[in-house]
Amino acid sequence: MPLRLVLVLALVLVLVLKARTENFPMMVMLEQSLAHPQGEPLATEASVEHWQALAAASPHGPAFLPPARGTVYGTLLNHRDALAALGNQMNAAPYKAPPQAPILYIKPRNTVVGHRVPVVVPTDAAELEMGATLGIVIGRTASRVSASEALGFVAGYTVVNDISVPHASVYRPSMRFKCRDGFCPMGPAVVARARVPDPDALSIALAIDGQTVQRSSTAGLIRPVATLIADVTEFMTLFPGDVLTVGVAAGAPRARAGQTVTIAIHGVGRLENTLVAGDAS
Amino acid sequence: MKRARVAYAGAIHDAVEHGAGLRLADGRVLAEDAVVWLPPFEVGTVIALGLNYADHVKELSKELTVTSKDEPLAFLKSPGALIGHRGQTRRPEDVKFMHYECELAVVIGRSARNVRRQDAMACVAGYSVANDYAIRDYLENYYRPNLRVKNRDTCTVLGPWLVDAADVPDPQHLALRTLVNGKLTQQGHTSDMIASIPELIEYLSSFMTLSPGDVILTGTPDGVVNVNVGDEVVTEIDGIGRLVNTLVGDADFGR
Repeated sequence: MPLRLVLVLALVLVLVLKARTENFPMMVMLEQSLAHPQGEPLATEASVEHWQALAAASPHGPAFLPPARGTVYGTLLNHRDALAALGNQMNAAPYKAPPQAPILYIKPRNTVVGHRVPVVVPTDAAELEMGATLGIVIGRTASRVSASEALGFVAGYTVVNDISVPHASVYRPSMRFKCRDGFCPMGPAVVARARVPDPDALSIALAIDGQTVQRSSTAGLIRPVATLIADVTEFMTLFPGDVLTVGVAAGAPRARAGQTVTIAIHGVGRLENTLVAGDAS
Repeated sequence: MKRARVAYAGAIHDAVEHGAGLRLADGRVLAEDAVVWLPPFEVGTVIALGLNYADHVKELSKELTVTSKDEPLAFLKSPGALIGHRGQTRRPEDVKFMHYECELAVVIGRSARNVRRQDAMACVAGYSVANDYAIRDYLENYYRPNLRVKNRDTCTVLGPWLVDAADVPDPQHLALRTLVNGKLTQQGHTSDMIASIPELIEYLSSFMTLSPGDVILTGTPDGVVNVNVGDEVVTEIDGIGRLVNTLVGDADFGR
C-alpha cells in the first residue's frame, strides 16, 4: 500500500509539473485508472470499476476535473468516412490535394473540462457539433517513435468530446470554432493502456438526452493509434500528460443548450456533459 | 526589468539582466554564454498571428484567399515547440524553403475574458522576441498553417528576456529586424500591424479566456528568406531583446 501511495503521489506530481515547460515529467505510469473528482485535492488511481461507478452515480454524482493536463492535439479526417465525405472537394480549391501528413490542431487549455462540467453554448451559435473521439494519453516522452514501439509510450486512454461551432471548411478555420472555453470535455478517467487490449477496435456511442444518435468505432482508421503516434512524433515531441485524439467520424451530431451529451467508449468510459445557454452579455 | 529563465550548475533559475550578463535570483552574476537560456517564462497557450503586417500580406498575396479586412488569422502552437535564446533549430536536409519570422511576443499576465481594447493593455505582463520558423515544403491546405509547417520541435524560439510591460511605453512603436549571418534580411515596425495588440486581446478574449503565461506572437513583416544549416539568425526588437539562434542539420539529431 505505501508503495502504491508513493506511485500515485509521484504520478500526480508529474502531472502538475507538466504545466512547467522545462519540467516535463519522465513518465506517467498507470496500472488501473486515474481520475480527479472535484473537491479532491489530487487525482488518484483506483480500479476502473470504482471510477465508472462514481462517474455514473446519477443524477447528483460529482463533477470531475480533466484527468490529463498536457497539450491536447486533435486529429482531423482520420476516419475513412470523414475523409470520404469531403469527396472530390479534396482535389479542388482550396484543398487542391488529399492530405498527406496527419491533420492536426490544438485544443488550448481553456477548452479542457471534465466529466459533468456544463459546457456553455456561445450566444452566436444555435447548435454545437459533438465530436466523439478516443484520447490517447501519453505516458513517456515520445519523439521519433516507430509504430511498433508506439504503444509503449501510452499511459492510457480517455473519452474526449471535441466540440466545435459547426463550420464547413477545414482549410483555415477560425479559432472561434474550436477554441471556446469548455469545448474539450475529457474523462471521466484515464484508463491504463493494459486495460485496453486493442485501442483500434473500440465502439463509440454518442447519445443526446439518452437517445443514441451516432455509433462509430476506432476500427479501420486511416492511421490507427500506433501509426498516428509514429507519424506525429516524427516532427513533434509528445510529452507525458499530452492527449492526442484519433479523430471524429463523419456526421458529428449537433446539440443545443439544455441537452445532455453522453459519449461512451467501450472499456474506456462514459463522458457526460450538459450544454447550457451562454450569457448574452 | 528584463527577466530570464536559465539552466545553470544543475538547476533552473530565474534571472534578471545585469551589466555583466545576468544575475540569478540567488545572487550569482554570470556571462550570457555561461548559461543555457530557456523560454523566459512558463508558457501556456501559444497563439500566433498570420499575415498581421500589411507588407507581409502583400508578399504572400499570391496564395491568399482572404483579405486583411477579415478577422485576424490566429492559430495555435504548443509549448513543446519552444526553445530559448542561443538555441539550435533543426533544418531537415530535404527541404527547400525554411524561413524565420521575427515577431513581437505579448505575454498575458492576468486572466482576460471579454476585455475591451481600451482595457486590454492592463492584461499584458510584458514582451519578448519570438522567431517563429516555418517550413513551407510541408504546407498542406487542411487546418492551415498545419502543425507540420508551424509546430515542429525546436522551431519556435523565444527570449532572451521577458521585458516588463511598464518598461515598454509604446509597444506599437518598435523597430524589428532579422539578420542572417550578420546581414540584414528583414525589417519592419510594430506600428504596421494590421490588428494592434489591444485589438488582438479584445478579439481573442471575446471567445476564449486568456490566462497568465499565454503568449500572442503578433505576426511578422516583409522579408522572410530561406535559411540554411550553419546560419546564425538574429531576430531583434528595439528595447525588447536580441534573440540568437543557429540552424543545425539532421546529423546533429542522428537522422
